[in-house]
Amino acid sequence: MLTTADTIPKPVTAPARRAAETSDQRRDARLTEEKWVKCVEQIRDHQDRDAFVALFDHFAPRVKGFLIKSGADASMAEECAQDVMVTLWRKAHLFDASRASVATWIFTIARNRRIDLLRKERRPEPEDLTWGPEAEPDQADVLALQQESSRLREAMTALPDAQRALIEQAYFGDLSHREIASQTGLPLGTIKSRIRLALDRLRHAMK
Amino acid sequence: MSHSIQHHLSEELLFGYSAGTLPEAFNLMVAAHISICDHCRAIVESYDALGGALVETAPDAPVAVGGDALSAVLNRISEPAKPAAPRRSKGVLPSPLQDYVGGDLESIRWRPVGMGVRQAILTAGASGSARLLYIPAGTAIPDHGHRGTELTMVLQGAFLDEDEYFARGDVETADEHVEHTPIADVGADCICLAVTDAPLRFRKLVPRLLQPLLRI
Repeated sequence: MLTTADTIPKPVTAPARRAAETSDQRRDARLTEEKWVKCVEQIRDHQDRDAFVALFDHFAPRVKGFLIKSGADASMAEECAQDVMVTLWRKAHLFDASRASVATWIFTIARNRRIDLLRKERRPEPEDLTWGPEAEPDQADVLALQQESSRLREAMTALPDAQRALIEQAYFGDLSHREIASQTGLPLGTIKSRIRLALDRLRHAMK
Repeated sequence: MSHSIQHHLSEELLFGYSAGTLPEAFNLMVAAHISICDHCRAIVESYDALGGALVETAPDAPVAVGGDALSAVLNRISEPAKPAAPRRSKGVLPSPLQDYVGGDLESIRWRPVGMGVRQAILTAGASGSARLLYIPAGTAIPDHGHRGTELTMVLQGAFLDEDEYFARGDVETADEHVEHTPIADVGADCICLAVTDAPLRFRKLVPRLLQPLLRI
């Protein structure tokens, strides 16, 4: 885990940026996440195109930017970003707000599409674990996951540029996981515990 | 189900799966393992959360999509989404393996490799290969050393290697420094998923020269 090894030096803090984070902003971030989750639910339950446009306006440019940073050329990044948004529409019923933020879910769709397009390889995916029509995730679990996602986002925003660049490089395959482990102190352990709890509840509900 | 799994995948592999930097054969191993191991699945999904935070917070990241992008995408979603049934296996093979085999155990096209051992290659390329192995109960998996990394996950039955016991979901990780002789437990025939980034050397079974021919 990124946070456990004894040898991990403390992360370099960015006091100026971190001080700017107020509890108001934290609340705003969580309300924003609530809005995105509602949009996905609107698509799932009502094929709501307005909700889709809101998600598109926010996420399509971010996905495109992420793909360009990962080494894709502009036209491929554009094609891929569009495909990602279409997949979001079609797979809205598979999104689980107790295990992932909307941004996280979109990241996984973009990663898979990138592998398809760039490497022309199959991307094996694990079994779908979904709540199905008769059960829904506990709202307390959804709220807790949103809070952990906000904390992770804040920690990421507070990272000095050099450390952030290291994490990006690891995701783009230019750096080993061990190297980021020695550079950052992101709150990954807590989000992992939250996801584990949600998986336990889901498995129980599926029985 | 998953609580009894004792031997897990490394953080390195779980991170690589989330980042999308592993070869296909290793992606298949991770996808199969986290289908039945919630411990490792939670780790992968927490790395996914890190990826999500990266996408969300990149300071200079949003890049305007083309002016006609929204209308192009809206055209593609004009038909109502038809939710596909969730992929979930009730059989021995987890869904990602069933996708390759085309069904559960009865659909595997086994090829004998000697001494009752059979194999079915799922994917093989320069960066790695994945195959299913069938080892009759009580039989030793042929003595083989490695070049590179080999991961073996039990799907049915169990095997012993030295003093360690591997049952469904458990993964044995071996590298080139390990000479091991796993023996299938007597209770049931053993079926495993084996993934390697280099061709195996079966010591006693097949002359080395024949290896490229047999793809083992």
